Amino acid sequence: MKNRTIKVDYLARVEGEGSLYLKTKNGAVVDAKLKIFEPPRFFEAFLRGRAFTEAPDITARICGICPVAYQMSAVHAMENALGITVDGQLRSLRRLLYCGEWIESHVLHIYLLHAPDFLGHQDAIRMAKEFPDVVKRGLRMKKLGNAIVTLVGGREIHPINVKVGGFYKLPSRAELGALTEELTWARDAARETITLTASLTFPEFDQDYEFVALRTDDARPEYPMNEGRIVSSKGLNISVAQYDQHFAEEHVEHSNALHSAIKERGSYFVGPLARFNLNRDRLPSAIDKAARAAGLTGKCTNPFKSIIVRAVETLYACEEALRIIREYEPPAKPAVATEPKAGTGYGCTEAPRGILYHRYMLDAKGIILDAKIVPPTSQNQKTIENDLRHFAEKHLHLNDEQLTWQCEQAVRNYDPCISCATHFLTLTREQV
Amino acid sequence: MKRTPTLAVWKFASCDGCQLSLLDCEAELLAVTERLTIANFVEASREVLKGPYDLSLVEGSITTAHDAERIHKIRRISKTLITIGACATAGGIQALRNFKDVKEFVSIVYSTPAYIETLSKSTPIANHVYVDFELHGCPINKNQLLEVVNAYLNGRKPNIPAYSVCVECKRRGIVCGLVAAGPPCLGPVTHAGCDALCPSYHRGCFGCYGPKETPNTGSLTSWWKQSGMKDDELLRLFRNFNAYADAFRKESESHEK
Ligand code: SF4
Ligand code: SF4
Repeated sequence: MKNRTIKVDYLARVEGEGSLYLKTKNGAVVDAKLKIFEPPRFFEAFLRGRAFTEAPDITARICGICPVAYQMSAVHAMENALGITVDGQLRSLRRLLYCGEWIESHVLHIYLLHAPDFLGHQDAIRMAKEFPDVVKRGLRMKKLGNAIVTLVGGREIHPINVKVGGFYKLPSRAELGALTEELTWARDAARETITLTASLTFPEFDQDYEFVALRTDDARPEYPMNEGRIVSSKGLNISVAQYDQHFAEEHVEHSNALHSAIKERGSYFVGPLARFNLNRDRLPSAIDKAARAAGLTGKCTNPFKSIIVRAVETLYACEEALRIIREYEPPAKPAVATEPKAGTGYGCTEAPRGILYHRYMLDAKGIILDAKIVPPTSQNQKTIENDLRHFAEKHLHLNDEQLTWQCEQAVRNYDPCISCATHFLTLTREQV
Repeated sequence: MKRTPTLAVWKFASCDGCQLSLLDCEAELLAVTERLTIANFVEASREVLKGPYDLSLVEGSITTAHDAERIHKIRRISKTLITIGACATAGGIQALRNFKDVKEFVSIVYSTPAYIETLSKSTPIANHVYVDFELHGCPINKNQLLEVVNAYLNGRKPNIPAYSVCVECKRRGIVCGLVAAGPPCLGPVTHAGCDALCPSYHRGCFGCYGPKETPNTGSLTSWWKQSGMKDDELLRLFRNFNAYADAFRKESESHEK
């Protein structure tokens, strides 16, 4: 078999800028790279010297697709440093805000970015000509996710209502109640989305991954969003503060993103598939049943099926949002009071694409001395490259055009967010 | 039938939030695609049609030598070029490097600084090429984006007011935080467009739409100094997403050390 190089200079339908590069020799893949050339923006550097109160608004600007995740990890890390906890209805409201972002982000990926691959379309707009009702349903669900973020956060991109300690302003019961009707529709639409994604054709591609996700205490048995211990499918079980002891970031030449690895074992996998495999028992039984009906009987180790898991999580987020709204009573104050104090704080929350870690060191006036941020995509980058290598090896019989498309699809399984990671794809198949 | 104009969306250093505003138009999105051919929008489509393009929307700031060249190529193949968002119109939050030594920044984030190519300053698109219209905001307001696209399609000037957030705030009948001794608010000097969002959430404006035309930042800050605000607080207030916009840059520099 001939030697070839596949190269995609601008990977489409991912958030941010990256390229894909694959080199084969005598029918074997000798190099597979996900190159991130999104220019670096140096957030960790310019956070130094800023007030602790500014971190949620500044770090939101790392990513326009998941700003809530940045705000949540930032506020939890700061509250950890200041020694305060935010509980009760304020905690529930934060969860509601996150439900909105999960819905918006998952639906964007399922309908607009990933489904076109499975259905053979260049994009959702062209897909809409063949399946108008499907695309319209996706857009309406996405709009509902945005409506939740807008109501609780003030606006869908870079919300302004999140602060360390809670919120600036609380929604009323009536305002939240107004979302119920559309949420009820979206819950049913999420069920249809599960059925739709389960009907797609998946390449056989089961891999031995180490899945990493948050898991809450048994005292609070819920699907993880804002807190929990960091656990893995290969026995890791640590507190968020121990993150740096077990995970390392490596700076590789072909990428403006840092690659993360578990010090003891190497590459790992974060995101919906990891959360689902490690927290399936925390899903309400009706949702577990829906997942089973969609073919997810045991652990799911085929990343192409992450599109079904995203649909399952979308259903969960709709149910959870409905529950929170039903049980909502506005608390007495919109936020817990905060006093600056010297110390280090750790925060890790489940962004739509997986765990997002923040660490801040503060001085006595609450000024940031040091910041560290590890986004999900840089944690998945090694795993994505491994997948590319293994997937391409099995599919070298395809012509360049088909191989390129399927490799792109393999990358899009991770819903990679390159803007986040630069802190990402073009496919190159090179002959040697 | 007349040919529908072609649209290209370009990205430089940014968070993708402004171009996401286009996908966030949801219901209106499909209507827009009936009047514009999406020819180059990699975040949304694999298919890239060859230029030149009738309308280019540019997000992000210039931070690498490669990008400084790329924007010239894009200008050459675009009939109309509109910049969207604080990154593209003012350099964005990443322009905070402009006030510091960028080499130090690289070494704080990356262990092997030699792998990183970057310019010492993050600059707006208009510093490099002629821009037909600038839409402000971090992020931009999607309704304003639709207005700009509609105006383009109808060959008229976009109706984007240049007054301050204050005007929007008064019109909504929100109690003024400055008068009521609330939190410091940049509303009087900030470009309208958000419909006075922060004040409506009991929060002072922090200037994400950038300076309005001819803002009097000095009189606002001398007022705040009298009521006890410190220079370092004032400096941080003006050094956010529009830190490198002229008026905000000068104001923040006057509070340095
Ligand atoms: S202006 Fe703000 S929202 Fe727009 S791309 Fe830049 S950081 Fe993102
Ligand atoms: S910071 Fe100012 S300009 Fe930005 S949304 Fe808030 S009020 Fe509007």
